[in-house]
Amino acid sequence: MARALRWYGANPLHLLVLLCSFALTAYACVRLFAVRPVEVAIWLVGAAILHDLILLPLYSLADLSALSVLRHRAEAVPKAPWINHLRVPAFLSGLLLLVWFPLVLGISRPYPAATALTLDVYLPRWLIITAGLFGVSALTYALRLRRLRRAARAVERGARPGR
Amino acid sequence: MNGDERPPAPGQDRAPEPARHGGRHPWRSVRKATADAIARARSTARRAQETPPPPGPFRPGFWRSPIRGPWLTSVFGLVLLFGIPVMFVTGALSYAAYNPGLGPLNDQTPDKGLLGFYLFDWPTHPYWLYRLTQGVHVTLGVVLLPVLLAKLWSVIPKLFSWPPLRSLAHGLERLSLLLLVGGAVFEFVTGLFNIQLFYIFPGSFYTLHFYGAWVFIAAFIVHVCLKSGRMVRALRSRGLLAELRTDRARTRPEPPDPDGLVAVAPAAPTMSRRGAVGMVGAGSLALLVVTAGQSIGGALRGTALLAPHNRNPGTGPNGFQINKTAASVGVTPALTGRAWRLEVHGRGPALVLTREQLLAIRQRAAALPIACVEGWSTEDQHWSGLRLAELAAMAGLPEAGSVLVESVQPPGPYSSVILRGNQIHDPRALLALRVNGADLSLDHGYPARVIVPANPGVNNTKWVHRLTFRT
Repeated sequence: MARALRWYGANPLHLLVLLCSFALTAYACVRLFAVRPVEVAIWLVGAAILHDLILLPLYSLADLSALSVLRHRAEAVPKAPWINHLRVPAFLSGLLLLVWFPLVLGISRPYPAATALTLDVYLPRWLIITAGLFGVSALTYALRLRRLRRAARAVERGARPGR
Repeated sequence: MNGDERPPAPGQDRAPEPARHGGRHPWRSVRKATADAIARARSTARRAQETPPPPGPFRPGFWRSPIRGPWLTSVFGLVLLFGIPVMFVTGALSYAAYNPGLGPLNDQTPDKGLLGFYLFDWPTHPYWLYRLTQGVHVTLGVVLLPVLLAKLWSVIPKLFSWPPLRSLAHGLERLSLLLLVGGAVFEFVTGLFNIQLFYIFPGSFYTLHFYGAWVFIAAFIVHVCLKSGRMVRALRSRGLLAELRTDRARTRPEPPDPDGLVAVAPAAPTMSRRGAVGMVGAGSLALLVVTAGQSIGGALRGTALLAPHNRNPGTGPNGFQINKTAASVGVTPALTGRAWRLEVHGRGPALVLTREQLLAIRQRAAALPIACVEGWSTEDQHWSGLRLAELAAMAGLPEAGSVLVESVQPPGPYSSVILRGNQIHDPRALLALRVNGADLSLDHGYPARVIVPANPGVNNTKWVHRLTFRT
């Protein structure tokens, strides 16, 4: 018994919980795959890999590219780290697009006929929201830079007394 | 190599065998061959465990984020630990609200079997019940998406853990995790697509979303059982308030953890942990702001900038939100014109009434909203018409237990619906002929529609032409 458990790799409760879970899963999957099983399987497997193997590499690459682009610029004036002033509005705007893209991109064909509403408001609204997000971010960055430069000048003046 | 060859045990001498067995007992050679095979398999497995991980994400040095670690994962996990059960319960209630037990007309998943164990008679009190449960379900789902994405980001090194299969237990756990991630994203994607009428999924939304929910919750329960201890320990390892006071310059990686989440070669932090949590929170807040208005309605409806039902399709008494227009389901003015009659069946001969005759009967009023499975709802509208209870009495079945409501709509899902006795006998449940002081518009169900308190919108049948009361 102990040998079997060692071979299994965990305690018997672990196995019990997993087996119960798989039983429920199988019961539901039989019904889930009853109609159009291949397409449903593609969607389920696709869902499993969509974020980890498609979305995450894409946004990680974008983030790393942004980080490396201005790394080599000469630092003539005191700078505040700017990456988050780019990341946060991009994240918020991208998130809104990710959730609402069928309306924003106008690809939900049944929508106008079913609701008696138009799709054409969504893209301009998303663009304005995006512009607003980046605008606020740029403003806060500018304010931060001003504060930093003022502090740097105050330090300089303090280091050269009597001038 | 010859460690498994043992000298014969004392007392076990080799009896003289006939020559045809080659001088050895056949059973012993089979045992020896099996033992050899097992030993070979064990040493291969041992060598496989010891092979170095392939280059790339399988190597621990690949992952550089200094804020990744059990604490951050546990914060997102804690939010989901509260959010997902609310999602599951409100979703389960939504299915119950359809009264699927009344028959296949109300049920898109008739083969649910044991998964419908919890179903109960959907009440009519409070009249805004479905508006609340479904508004929460959809809005919370939208709001939780960034938390889900952040949680997946925080555990990505585990997708590439090496060796991929340490034991059977490890393998089963990984299978369950595949179902967890796949199930979660499947549920969120089908839900988000459905509320935008983006029907590209492979089948009926109800079937996919209902069974997908059970696949997901089965894996979710395993995940909570196996990880809650680790989550509690991780949350205790760093104070939340202390972390909220830690800025980027003072951000340090967590101590190495057995799960391999903490980077072994972390880069310098570009964002503090409070910044990461704050950014995800800002994402949820942004989604809440642009979505919630379509469920709350009233003055806030216009704030739901990106939600599907954030505007009024018209002005005046019939200007409130429409689920499906008459044209989109094939209802023409010809079907609802002067030739329209209402048939009421019950005990005895059927009644056939024109709209004028219906209007001549004493009209009752009720203030009720329309709440859709897509999460949006209207404010209370002022309906007037005949009480369903009075129509049941006219049909000779004052104690009717159910009514089959049929629409002139061409046959399709929910073109006919069954209502339960408690819904018939609620004094606010009407066969409405007018709304907000004017005749129903064609898109809102002219000449007559059903409106029942706490009923999902699609069960408030429009363009009704036949009621069949049953005991």
